[in-house]
Amino acid sequence: MKNHVFRPLMVVLGLIGLVLIFRLFYVPKDFSSHENGYMYGWYRTGNIEEWKAFKVKYQGAEYCKDCHADKLESISQSPHMIIQCENCHGPAFEHPSDPEKLPIDRSRGQCLRCHAKLAYPSSGRASIRGIDPEQHNAGTECVSCHNPHKPSLEGLK
Amino acid sequence: MKRREFLKKAAIGVAGITLPLAALEIVNPRKMFAGKDDGAKVRWVFLVDTYKCVGCGLCVKACKNENEIPYDANVTRTWVERYVFTKDGKFHADTPKGARDGFITSKIDLGQGKYEDIKSEDIQKAFFVPKLCNQCENPPCVQVCPVGATYQTPDGVVLVDRSWCIGCGYCIMGCPYGVRFFHPKYHTAEKCNFCYHRITKGLKTACVQACPFGARQIGNMKDPKDPVTKIIMTERVGILKEEYGTKPQVFYIGLDREVK
Repeated sequence: MKNHVFRPLMVVLGLIGLVLIFRLFYVPKDFSSHENGYMYGWYRTGNIEEWKAFKVKYQGAEYCKDCHADKLESISQSPHMIIQCENCHGPAFEHPSDPEKLPIDRSRGQCLRCHAKLAYPSSGRASIRGIDPEQHNAGTECVSCHNPHKPSLEGLK
Repeated sequence: MKRREFLKKAAIGVAGITLPLAALEIVNPRKMFAGKDDGAKVRWVFLVDTYKCVGCGLCVKACKNENEIPYDANVTRTWVERYVFTKDGKFHADTPKGARDGFITSKIDLGQGKYEDIKSEDIQKAFFVPKLCNQCENPPCVQVCPVGATYQTPDGVVLVDRSWCIGCGYCIMGCPYGVRFFHPKYHTAEKCNFCYHRITKGLKTACVQACPFGARQIGNMKDPKDPVTKIIMTERVGILKEEYGTKPQVFYIGLDREVK
Protein backbone atom coordinates (compact mmCIF):
# COMPACT_ATOMS: atom_id res chain seq x y z
CA MET A 1 0.00 0.00 0.00
CA LYS A 2 1.14 3.52 -0.74
CA ASN A 3 2.41 5.58 2.13
CA HIS A 4 0.03 8.51 1.63
CA VAL A 5 -2.91 6.17 2.17
CA PHE A 6 -1.37 4.06 4.88
CA ARG A 7 -0.18 6.84 7.17
CA PRO A 8 -3.49 8.68 7.71
CA LEU A 9 -5.19 5.30 8.10
CA MET A 10 -2.85 4.44 10.96
CA VAL A 11 -3.55 7.82 12.57
CA VAL A 12 -7.29 7.21 12.39
CA LEU A 13 -6.96 3.69 13.81
CA GLY A 14 -4.74 5.04 16.57
CA LEU A 15 -7.31 7.69 17.47
CA ILE A 16 -10.08 5.10 17.60
CA GLY A 17 -7.90 3.04 19.91
CA LEU A 18 -7.29 6.03 22.19
CA VAL A 19 -11.01 6.82 22.38
CA LEU A 20 -11.77 3.22 23.29
CA ILE A 21 -9.11 3.17 26.00
CA PHE A 22 -10.35 6.50 27.39
CA ARG A 23 -13.90 5.16 27.38
CA LEU A 24 -12.81 2.07 29.30
CA PHE A 25 -11.63 4.21 32.21
CA TYR A 26 -14.23 6.99 32.00
CA VAL A 27 -17.47 5.00 31.87
CA PRO A 28 -18.45 3.72 35.35
CA LYS A 29 -18.21 -0.04 35.88
CA ASP A 30 -21.93 -0.35 36.70
CA PHE A 31 -22.95 1.29 33.44
CA SER A 32 -24.44 -1.33 31.16
CA SER A 33 -27.60 -2.80 29.73
CA HIS A 34 -30.05 -4.07 32.36
CA GLU A 35 -33.40 -5.87 32.75
CA ASN A 36 -35.33 -3.68 30.34
CA GLY A 37 -32.94 -4.27 27.46
CA TYR A 38 -30.69 -1.94 25.54
CA MET A 39 -33.41 0.48 24.48
CA TYR A 40 -34.86 1.31 27.89
CA GLY A 41 -32.45 -0.22 30.41
CA TRP A 42 -29.08 1.29 29.43
CA TYR A 43 -27.91 3.06 32.56
CA ARG A 44 -25.68 3.34 35.63
CA THR A 45 -27.06 1.08 38.38
CA GLY A 46 -25.73 3.30 41.15
CA ASN A 47 -28.16 6.05 40.15
CA ILE A 48 -31.14 4.01 41.38
CA GLU A 49 -29.60 3.94 44.87
CA GLU A 50 -28.88 7.67 44.64
CA TRP A 51 -32.56 8.37 43.97
CA LYS A 52 -33.65 6.01 46.76
CA ALA A 53 -31.44 7.97 49.16
CA PHE A 54 -33.21 11.25 48.31
CA LYS A 55 -34.53 12.93 51.46
CA VAL A 56 -38.15 12.43 52.51
CA LYS A 57 -39.71 15.72 53.66
CA TYR A 58 -43.41 15.04 54.15
CA GLN A 59 -43.84 12.58 57.02
CA GLY A 60 -47.63 12.24 57.12
CA ALA A 61 -50.22 12.67 59.88
CA GLU A 62 -49.13 9.46 61.64
CA TYR A 63 -45.79 11.10 62.36
CA CYS A 64 -47.50 14.16 63.90
CA LYS A 65 -49.82 11.97 65.99
CA ASP A 66 -47.06 10.85 68.36
CA CYS A 67 -46.82 14.30 69.99
CA HIS A 68 -49.87 16.21 68.75
CA ALA A 69 -52.56 13.60 69.34
CA ASP A 70 -54.89 16.25 70.84
CA LYS A 71 -54.74 18.39 67.69
CA LEU A 72 -55.38 15.39 65.51
CA GLU A 73 -58.30 14.40 67.73
CA SER A 74 -59.90 17.85 67.52
CA ILE A 75 -59.58 18.14 63.75
CA SER A 76 -60.92 14.64 63.23
CA GLN A 77 -64.32 15.98 64.41
CA SER A 78 -64.46 18.33 61.41
CA PRO A 79 -64.66 18.07 57.62
CA HIS A 80 -61.05 19.31 57.59
CA MET A 81 -59.88 15.91 58.85
CA ILE A 82 -59.17 14.93 55.24
CA ILE A 83 -56.47 17.59 55.01
CA GLN A 84 -52.96 16.48 55.93
CA CYS A 85 -51.34 18.47 58.77
CA GLU A 86 -48.34 19.25 56.58
CA ASN A 87 -50.48 20.89 53.89
CA CYS A 88 -50.73 23.96 56.15
CA HIS A 89 -47.96 23.40 58.70
CA GLY A 90 -45.33 22.63 56.07
CA PRO A 91 -43.20 19.53 55.57
CA ALA A 92 -42.03 18.08 58.92
CA PHE A 93 -38.52 16.98 57.85
CA GLU A 94 -36.97 15.85 61.19
CA HIS A 95 -39.20 18.04 63.37
CA PRO A 96 -38.95 18.56 66.37
CA SER A 97 -35.14 18.37 66.13
CA ASP A 98 -34.74 19.92 62.68
CA PRO A 99 -36.52 22.28 62.22
CA GLU A 100 -37.60 23.06 65.77
CA LYS A 101 -40.57 25.11 64.61
CA LEU A 102 -42.64 24.65 61.45
CA PRO A 103 -43.82 27.71 59.53
CA ILE A 104 -47.65 27.68 59.37
CA ASP A 105 -49.35 28.83 56.19
CA ARG A 106 -52.19 30.99 57.54
CA SER A 107 -52.65 32.88 54.27
CA ARG A 108 -56.00 33.67 52.72
CA GLY A 109 -54.78 31.99 49.53
CA GLN A 110 -54.38 28.69 51.35
CA CYS A 111 -58.11 28.67 52.29
CA LEU A 112 -59.20 29.92 48.87
CA ARG A 113 -57.62 26.87 47.20
CA CYS A 114 -60.84 25.07 48.05
CA HIS A 115 -63.22 27.74 49.35
CA ALA A 116 -63.19 30.22 46.45
CA LYS A 117 -66.58 29.31 45.01
CA LEU A 118 -66.37 27.79 41.53
CA ALA A 119 -69.68 26.33 40.39
CA TYR A 120 -68.15 23.70 38.13
CA PRO A 121 -70.52 20.92 37.14
CA SER A 122 -68.94 17.43 37.08
CA SER A 123 -66.20 18.50 39.49
CA GLY A 124 -66.05 17.94 43.24
CA ARG A 125 -65.35 21.65 43.63
CA ALA A 126 -69.02 22.56 43.18
CA SER A 127 -70.02 20.75 46.37
CA ILE A 128 -67.56 22.58 48.65
CA ARG A 129 -68.96 25.52 50.61
CA GLY A 130 -67.31 28.56 49.13
CA ILE A 131 -67.25 32.33 49.01
CA ASP A 132 -66.58 34.96 46.39
CA PRO A 133 -63.11 36.22 47.44
CA GLU A 134 -63.85 39.69 46.08
CA GLN A 135 -67.06 40.09 48.10
CA HIS A 136 -66.33 38.22 51.33
CA ASN A 137 -64.13 40.44 53.59
CA ALA A 138 -61.56 41.01 50.86
CA GLY A 139 -58.05 41.52 52.17
CA THR A 140 -58.71 40.00 55.61
CA GLU A 141 -57.01 36.80 56.69
CA CYS A 142 -59.61 34.05 57.03
CA VAL A 143 -58.05 32.83 60.28
CA SER A 144 -58.88 36.10 62.02
CA CYS A 145 -62.51 34.84 62.21
CA HIS A 146 -62.43 31.15 61.28
CA ASN A 147 -60.59 28.39 63.09
CA PRO A 148 -59.18 25.94 60.53
CA HIS A 149 -59.19 23.12 63.11
CA LYS A 150 -62.87 23.80 63.90
CA PRO A 151 -64.21 25.22 60.65
CA SER A 152 -67.95 24.95 61.42
CA LEU A 153 -69.60 28.33 61.86
CA GLU A 154 -70.06 27.65 65.60
CA GLY A 155 -66.27 27.72 65.78
CA LEU A 156 -66.15 31.38 64.74
CA LYS A 157 -63.79 33.40 66.86
CA MET B 1 13.74 -7.08 6.51
CA LYS B 2 14.87 -3.54 6.38
CA ARG B 3 15.40 -1.58 9.60
CA ARG B 4 12.68 0.94 8.69
CA GLU B 5 10.19 -1.81 7.99
CA PHE B 6 11.03 -3.61 11.20
CA LEU B 7 10.45 -0.49 13.30
CA LYS B 8 7.12 0.16 11.60
CA LYS B 9 5.84 -3.36 12.17
CA ALA B 10 7.08 -3.38 15.75
CA ALA B 11 5.21 -0.12 16.43
CA ILE B 12 1.98 -1.52 15.01
CA GLY B 13 2.44 -4.74 16.96
CA VAL B 14 3.00 -2.91 20.25
CA ALA B 15 -0.03 -0.66 19.64
CA GLY B 16 -2.16 -3.70 18.93
CA ILE B 17 -1.06 -5.47 22.11
CA THR B 18 -1.60 -2.38 24.29
CA LEU B 19 -5.20 -2.01 23.20
CA PRO B 20 -7.05 -4.32 25.57
CA LEU B 21 -9.80 -6.44 24.12
CA ALA B 22 -12.25 -5.11 26.71
CA ALA B 23 -11.94 -1.64 25.27
CA LEU B 24 -13.48 -2.89 22.05
CA GLU B 25 -16.61 -4.06 23.85
CA ILE B 26 -19.01 -1.22 23.25
CA VAL B 27 -22.09 -3.37 23.53
CA ASN B 28 -22.65 -6.92 24.53
CA PRO B 29 -25.05 -8.29 21.90
CA ARG B 30 -26.49 -10.87 24.27
CA LYS B 31 -27.38 -8.19 26.81
CA MET B 32 -28.42 -5.81 24.11
CA PHE B 33 -31.14 -8.06 22.80
CA ALA B 34 -32.19 -9.34 26.20
CA GLY B 35 -35.96 -9.21 26.44
CA LYS B 36 -37.82 -7.53 29.24
CA ASP B 37 -37.78 -9.49 32.46
CA ASP B 38 -41.39 -10.35 33.12
CA GLY B 39 -40.57 -11.83 36.49
CA ALA B 40 -40.65 -8.36 38.07
CA LYS B 41 -42.71 -8.19 41.26
CA VAL B 42 -43.49 -4.49 41.08
CA ARG B 43 -44.85 -2.25 38.33
CA TRP B 44 -45.81 1.16 39.63
CA VAL B 45 -48.96 2.69 38.17
CA PHE B 46 -50.98 5.78 38.97
CA LEU B 47 -54.71 6.41 39.05
CA VAL B 48 -56.33 9.85 38.81
CA ASP B 49 -60.03 10.39 39.52
CA THR B 50 -60.90 13.67 37.82
CA TYR B 51 -64.37 13.70 39.42
CA LYS B 52 -62.76 14.02 42.85
CA CYS B 53 -60.22 16.71 41.95
CA VAL B 54 -61.25 20.19 43.12
CA GLY B 55 -58.21 22.04 41.80
CA CYS B 56 -56.77 23.00 45.19
CA GLY B 57 -53.22 22.44 43.95
CA LEU B 58 -52.00 21.08 47.29
CA CYS B 59 -50.45 18.21 45.31
CA VAL B 60 -48.34 20.66 43.30
CA LYS B 61 -47.24 22.51 46.44
CA ALA B 62 -46.25 19.26 48.16
CA CYS B 63 -44.47 17.94 45.06
CA LYS B 64 -42.35 21.07 44.66
CA ASN B 65 -41.32 21.02 48.32
CA GLU B 66 -40.69 17.28 48.44
CA ASN B 67 -38.65 17.12 45.25
CA GLU B 68 -36.72 20.36 45.70
CA ILE B 69 -38.08 22.10 42.61
CA PRO B 70 -37.47 25.85 43.10
CA TYR B 71 -40.83 27.09 44.37
CA ASP B 72 -41.10 30.30 42.37
CA ALA B 73 -39.66 28.97 39.11
CA ASN B 74 -42.41 28.33 36.58
CA VAL B 75 -41.60 24.62 36.28
CA THR B 76 -43.19 21.71 38.08
CA ARG B 77 -43.15 17.92 38.02
CA THR B 78 -46.91 17.70 38.38
CA TRP B 79 -49.61 20.23 37.60
CA VAL B 80 -53.38 20.58 37.44
CA GLU B 81 -55.25 21.72 34.34
CA ARG B 82 -58.66 23.38 34.35
CA TYR B 83 -61.10 22.74 31.50
CA VAL B 84 -64.17 24.91 31.10
CA PHE B 85 -66.68 24.17 28.32
CA THR B 86 -69.11 26.95 27.57
CA LYS B 87 -72.57 26.73 26.03
CA ASP B 88 -71.36 28.37 22.81
CA GLY B 89 -69.40 25.17 22.06
CA LYS B 90 -65.98 26.58 22.97
CA PHE B 91 -63.60 25.19 25.51
CA HIS B 92 -61.08 27.00 27.68
CA ALA B 93 -58.12 25.50 29.50
CA ASP B 94 -55.45 26.92 31.78
CA THR B 95 -52.99 26.00 34.49
CA PRO B 96 -51.66 29.18 36.13
CA LYS B 97 -48.24 28.40 37.68
CA GLY B 98 -49.13 24.74 37.23
CA ALA B 99 -51.90 25.35 39.80
CA ARG B 100 -49.29 25.64 42.54
CA ASP B 101 -51.64 28.05 44.33
CA GLY B 102 -54.80 26.30 43.18
CA PHE B 103 -57.63 27.89 41.23
CA ILE B 104 -59.06 30.76 43.23
CA THR B 105 -60.84 32.68 40.49
CA SER B 106 -63.24 31.90 37.67
CA LYS B 107 -61.05 33.94 35.29
CA ILE B 108 -59.18 31.81 32.75
CA ASP B 109 -55.47 32.63 32.48
CA LEU B 110 -54.72 33.31 28.81
CA GLY B 111 -51.04 34.02 29.49
CA GLN B 112 -49.10 37.29 29.18
CA GLY B 113 -51.18 38.84 31.94
CA LYS B 114 -54.49 38.45 30.10
CA TYR B 115 -57.54 36.84 31.64
CA GLU B 116 -60.94 35.86 30.36
CA ASP B 117 -63.83 35.89 32.78
CA ILE B 118 -66.42 33.21 32.24
CA LYS B 119 -69.82 33.64 33.86
CA SER B 120 -71.05 30.60 35.72
CA GLU B 121 -74.36 30.60 33.80
CA ASP B 122 -72.42 30.14 30.52
CA ILE B 123 -70.62 27.02 31.73
CA GLN B 124 -71.79 23.70 30.36
CA LYS B 125 -69.23 21.54 32.09
CA ALA B 126 -65.97 22.23 33.89
CA PHE B 127 -63.46 20.10 35.72
CA PHE B 128 -59.82 19.71 36.76
CA VAL B 129 -57.27 17.22 35.47
CA PRO B 130 -54.03 16.54 37.37
CA LYS B 131 -51.08 15.69 35.14
CA LEU B 132 -47.78 13.99 35.90
CA CYS B 133 -45.25 11.71 34.23
CA ASN B 134 -46.97 8.70 32.68
CA GLN B 135 -43.98 6.39 33.35
CA CYS B 136 -44.65 4.87 29.91
CA GLU B 137 -44.00 1.24 29.19
CA ASN B 138 -42.39 2.40 25.92
CA PRO B 139 -40.88 5.74 27.00
CA PRO B 140 -39.86 7.82 23.97
CA CYS B 141 -37.80 10.11 26.23
CA VAL B 142 -35.55 7.17 27.12
CA GLN B 143 -35.16 6.05 23.50
CA VAL B 144 -33.85 9.43 22.40
CA CYS B 145 -31.31 9.91 25.20
CA PRO B 146 -27.90 9.72 23.50
CA VAL B 147 -25.91 9.03 26.67
CA GLY B 148 -28.04 6.65 28.75
CA ALA B 149 -28.79 9.29 31.38
CA THR B 150 -32.49 8.50 31.51
CA TYR B 151 -33.76 4.96 31.85
CA GLN B 152 -36.54 2.71 33.01
CA THR B 153 -36.03 0.94 36.31
CA PRO B 154 -37.06 -2.73 36.63
CA ASP B 155 -40.21 -1.55 38.48
CA GLY B 156 -41.26 0.67 35.60
CA VAL B 157 -40.31 4.17 36.75
CA VAL B 158 -38.31 6.40 34.39
CA LEU B 159 -35.45 8.12 36.23
CA VAL B 160 -32.91 10.76 35.23
CA ASP B 161 -29.24 10.34 36.16
CA ARG B 162 -28.27 13.94 36.95
CA SER B 163 -24.54 13.22 36.95
CA TRP B 164 -24.73 11.66 33.49
CA CYS B 165 -27.22 14.00 31.74
CA ILE B 166 -25.51 16.32 29.25
CA GLY B 167 -28.52 18.65 28.98
CA CYS B 168 -29.13 18.18 25.26
CA GLY B 169 -32.90 18.39 25.72
CA TYR B 170 -33.83 15.60 23.29
CA CYS B 171 -35.97 13.95 25.96
CA ILE B 172 -37.81 17.21 26.67
CA MET B 173 -38.70 17.41 22.97
CA GLY B 174 -39.42 13.67 22.77
CA CYS B 175 -42.02 13.48 25.53
CA PRO B 176 -45.48 13.76 23.98
CA TYR B 177 -46.96 14.73 27.36
CA GLY B 178 -44.63 17.66 28.03
CA VAL B 179 -43.73 16.47 31.52
CA ARG B 180 -40.01 17.14 31.23
CA PHE B 181 -38.16 20.38 31.82
CA PHE B 182 -34.71 21.61 32.79
CA HIS B 183 -34.07 21.80 36.51
CA PRO B 184 -33.28 25.48 37.16
CA LYS B 185 -30.51 24.59 39.59
CA TYR B 186 -28.88 21.45 38.18
CA HIS B 187 -29.47 22.30 34.48
CA THR B 188 -30.29 18.67 33.77
CA ALA B 189 -33.51 17.08 32.53
CA GLU B 190 -36.08 16.82 35.30
CA LYS B 191 -39.36 14.95 35.59
CA CYS B 192 -41.79 13.28 37.97
CA ASN B 193 -40.43 9.96 39.18
CA PHE B 194 -43.43 8.90 41.30
CA CYS B 195 -41.38 10.09 44.33
CA TYR B 196 -39.11 7.08 43.85
CA HIS B 197 -37.43 7.72 47.22
CA ARG B 198 -40.83 7.45 48.92
CA ILE B 199 -42.53 4.56 47.10
CA THR B 200 -39.47 2.35 47.53
CA LYS B 201 -39.74 2.93 51.30
CA GLY B 202 -43.42 1.98 51.38
CA LEU B 203 -44.66 5.57 51.54
CA LYS B 204 -47.17 7.20 49.22
CA THR B 205 -45.94 9.84 46.80
CA ALA B 206 -46.02 13.40 48.17
CA CYS B 207 -48.92 14.36 45.88
CA VAL B 208 -51.00 11.30 46.81
CA GLN B 209 -50.46 12.01 50.49
CA ALA B 210 -51.25 15.71 50.13
CA CYS B 211 -54.49 15.22 48.18
CA PRO B 212 -57.38 15.64 50.64
CA PHE B 213 -59.94 14.18 48.24
CA GLY B 214 -58.35 10.90 47.14
CA ALA B 215 -58.17 12.08 43.53
CA ARG B 216 -54.67 10.62 43.20
CA GLN B 217 -53.63 7.06 43.98
CA ILE B 218 -50.53 5.00 43.38
CA GLY B 219 -50.43 1.23 43.12
CA ASN B 220 -48.54 -1.86 42.04
CA MET B 221 -49.94 -3.35 38.83
CA LYS B 222 -48.23 -6.71 39.54
CA ASP B 223 -50.23 -7.14 42.77
CA PRO B 224 -53.75 -8.34 41.92
CA LYS B 225 -54.94 -7.44 45.43
CA ASP B 226 -53.86 -3.83 45.13
CA PRO B 227 -56.99 -1.58 45.22
CA VAL B 228 -55.61 0.55 42.37
CA THR B 229 -54.96 -2.52 40.23
CA LYS B 230 -58.51 -3.70 40.92
CA ILE B 231 -59.98 -0.40 39.75
CA ILE B 232 -57.84 -0.34 36.60
CA MET B 233 -58.74 -3.93 35.77
CA THR B 234 -62.47 -3.74 36.48
CA GLU B 235 -63.58 -0.15 35.91
CA ARG B 236 -63.60 2.19 32.92
CA VAL B 237 -60.34 4.08 32.83
CA GLY B 238 -58.67 6.11 30.10
CA ILE B 239 -55.10 7.00 29.20
CA LEU B 240 -53.62 10.03 27.48
CA LYS B 241 -52.54 10.01 23.80
CA GLU B 242 -52.99 6.31 23.29
CA GLU B 243 -52.26 6.73 19.57
CA TYR B 244 -48.58 7.43 20.29
CA GLY B 245 -48.05 3.83 21.40
CA THR B 246 -46.15 4.87 24.50
CA LYS B 247 -48.35 2.73 26.79
CA PRO B 248 -48.73 5.33 29.55
CA GLN B 249 -49.18 3.96 33.07
CA VAL B 250 -51.18 6.83 34.53
CA PHE B 251 -54.86 5.94 34.28
CA TYR B 252 -57.71 8.44 34.44
CA ILE B 253 -61.31 8.14 35.57
CA GLY B 254 -63.59 10.65 33.87
CA LEU B 255 -61.42 11.68 30.92
CA ASP B 256 -62.94 13.96 28.31
CA ARG B 257 -62.05 14.05 24.60
CA GLU B 258 -60.51 17.51 24.87
CA VAL B 259 -58.06 16.34 27.54
CA LYS B 260 -54.83 15.29 25.86
